[in-house]
Amino acid sequence: MIRPQDLLCPRPEGLYCPPGDFYVDPARPVDRAVVTHGHSDHARAGHGAVLATPETLDIMAERYGQGFAAQVQAAPYGEPAERDGVEVTLVPAGHVLGSAQAVVRWKGLTIVVSGDYKRRRDPTCPPFEPVPCDVFISEATFGLPVFRHPDDREEIARLLRSVAQFPERSHIVGAYALGKAQRIIRLLREAGWDRTIHIHGALERLNALYERRGVDLGPLAPATTAKKADFAGAVVIAPPSALQDRWSRRFPDPVGAFASGWMQIRARARQRGVELPLVISDHADWDELTATVDEIRPGELWITHGREEALARWAQLHGITARALALVGYDDEGED
Amino acid sequence: MRAFAELLDRLSLTASRNAKLTLVRDYLRATPDPDRGWALAALTGELTFDAAKPAFIRKAVEARMDGQLFAWSYDYVGDLAETVSLVWPARPGANREPALNEVIEALRTASRAEVQRLIEGWLDALPTPRERWALLKLMTGALRVGMTARLAKRAAAEMGGVEAAEVEELWHALHPPYEDLFAWLEGRSERPSADNPARFRPVMLAQALDEAVDFARLDPSDYTAEWKWDGIRVQLAHEGGQRRLYTRTGDDISRAFPDVLEALADEGVVDGELLVVRDGALAPFADLQQRLNRKTVDAKMLETFPAAIRAYDLLHEGDEDLRPLPFAERRRRLEAFLARQPGARLDISPLQPFGTWAELAALRADPPEGDARLAEGVMLKRRDSPYEAGRPKGPWFKWKRDPFTVDAVLMYAQRGHGKRSSFYSDYTFGVWTRDDAGQRALTPVGKAYFGFTDEELKGIDKFVRDNTVERFGPVRSVRAEPHRGLVFEVAFEGLQRSARHKSGVAMRFPRISRIRWDKPPGEADDLEALERLLAQIERR
Ligand SMILES: [Zn+2]
Ligand SMILES: [Zn+2]
Repeated sequence: MIRPQDLLCPRPEGLYCPPGDFYVDPARPVDRAVVTHGHSDHARAGHGAVLATPETLDIMAERYGQGFAAQVQAAPYGEPAERDGVEVTLVPAGHVLGSAQAVVRWKGLTIVVSGDYKRRRDPTCPPFEPVPCDVFISEATFGLPVFRHPDDREEIARLLRSVAQFPERSHIVGAYALGKAQRIIRLLREAGWDRTIHIHGALERLNALYERRGVDLGPLAPATTAKKADFAGAVVIAPPSALQDRWSRRFPDPVGAFASGWMQIRARARQRGVELPLVISDHADWDELTATVDEIRPGELWITHGREEALARWAQLHGITARALALVGYDDEGED
Repeated sequence: MRAFAELLDRLSLTASRNAKLTLVRDYLRATPDPDRGWALAALTGELTFDAAKPAFIRKAVEARMDGQLFAWSYDYVGDLAETVSLVWPARPGANREPALNEVIEALRTASRAEVQRLIEGWLDALPTPRERWALLKLMTGALRVGMTARLAKRAAAEMGGVEAAEVEELWHALHPPYEDLFAWLEGRSERPSADNPARFRPVMLAQALDEAVDFARLDPSDYTAEWKWDGIRVQLAHEGGQRRLYTRTGDDISRAFPDVLEALADEGVVDGELLVVRDGALAPFADLQQRLNRKTVDAKMLETFPAAIRAYDLLHEGDEDLRPLPFAERRRRLEAFLARQPGARLDISPLQPFGTWAELAALRADPPEGDARLAEGVMLKRRDSPYEAGRPKGPWFKWKRDPFTVDAVLMYAQRGHGKRSSFYSDYTFGVWTRDDAGQRALTPVGKAYFGFTDEELKGIDKFVRDNTVERFGPVRSVRAEPHRGLVFEVAFEGLQRSARHKSGVAMRFPRISRIRWDKPPGEADDLEALERLLAQIERR
């Protein structure tokens, strides 16, 4: 009888598969890695070989340069690859462009490493696909019952109401460079905002990559050229760190907006001086996490990072064996 | 409810006064009666509901979800209303969302048992945490969205293009949901009448003095000084045969103070401080507290805690409005007016002559024997200042007495809540005494959790982690030895004897005023220093 931990087990470098001799999303350079998605705490440079979706490989090359790994293998969604008798299939995780769950099968045992995921519609990537499995490995970034992300269209509507209410001010939306920024732009377009959106320089390359991959972002312009007054009534997208930066002083009386799941907690918004928090997240909230576990009903739930204790308790109360892996290296608060 | 919730949410995170005005003004414009009137009443603090208590909300939520998950959630968020609004496990089947008007009407009339059922139903029906949060804020009466009543009234004035003072003046003749006010502001009707006799006049307040900046730019000859008495600021009105006593926010407290109500024989409106005065001498604030705690009063109370008013200003004499006059002129009128009122329940707050700021500083630091020893500090008023509602910048200053300070040693640190939940931010500190064996040892004298910057908090947190001796749940004891440990300069407003504290003393409003990284704990203060201070305070 094979035990799940014979197929995948936590090591200091990350989650390791002994029979296939590879790691999933390792935090340190290793010989062979499967990478679920392009966020920097999951996709690091310097591995010997990397297996990932074509989109994720593209993102890694954009971020780290072409030589980010000695050898790469593209695995499109749903096409199994093999590693020393272990089958690895990448299926959509709904998190960001190219994000995948790694479905690992060996001798009749199936483990799903879901990476980061969400269950809501995202106009920039295909939706999460539930896969029946013996062990489901989940993150728990927002694994507390206080995280209940609202409808993202209503959050965008609030942003646009504020833009109409303060036509003399500019609105700077802090959004992570990979995924969040492009999703916000797409949501703005869907809400009918067809004016030029101004972009911080740090977002340009990933925006271009998304466009090459078929995500239409509409008219964009760098947020550098115009005079201060020209930004009245403008929507500007920037990395979150730029909100409190002197960079933001070029805009007229800016309204600081920050698009993140953390913005659900008022003290967090206040702490960062955010005037208009937009609760838009690329991670599953509490309801999505528990609904996913309930839907998949795995034999066991393993939890990688975030608020492990609360999700583990919920699972136990619902008759599912749960275990916290205590993996290091993942950013609880990073690129949400 | 959605628009009101969005308004509260935005206000709570908006710092700029102008932006707040825009938010409220636009809301009042876009929202129909009576919802906007109720919202204005909530923002100006006019709404209180007896029937709804926050404790039951906690019970209601714990009946619906796992207690441990709720405890972790509450610990993470740090605010009960916010936690409940986020975690609320809604039961399906709720019908439509309640309107603001509906919620308020029900809260005003329903019994406690009914209210609890209603609130659970509303929480089920409201679709987002933001709306549930607004409901809970409204229900518990503490909006705390950084909005003063004055600013809310100004927004209403802006909406109608009238002066803020006009709305202020009318305010106490108006009642929520203010349909007559909005009809006037929208030009649909005449200005509502504010001519009811003995009505409240909005109060003029002082700014805190900034010694570092203000003395350099202010000319002492432009100002008068008087003591800032430690009672409560009141307004006594006698007009058209009616007598009323108001707090500075306009609450009518006439019934609790029949003794001072009769003090005005002539008609007029006096601004002053309500105090307890026994045999011609001022009693401590605690005595006044005895009277303030009751809605009505009996003969025994009147005798044991006799109240009086010490007058600062005269706003009306007969039917003449004195408020546009300069302070010096009003003061002359006040002196003449009071000279004609018989009885011991009303006297004047004497001016304190001074030539230079240094002379005034000396007076404030060492008040003469008598009532002045109980004063909170001094008040400065520009001789030419008219009486303006609110807290105008420049004409009046309050210059409070310096707080007491003591150097104490950090003994225990506890994890904070909310945004501080990852830091050790609540500190218990102690001073030196002798233990039973005659050894020098620390005894705790107080707790403080503010007075430091975020940067300093990180430094203290690191010190706590690096110097932990023992852990008990969320509390750590830290090294506190003569040559190893951390000294705080602790500031506090007062000191009293306490049987609950092992040290025998308790501080009023302690806070960390400085972190003495440089000072060895052995050089911190002794309990004796506090005992001397206590004796000094009690002698006052
Ligand atoms: Zn991610
Ligand atoms: Zn992650």
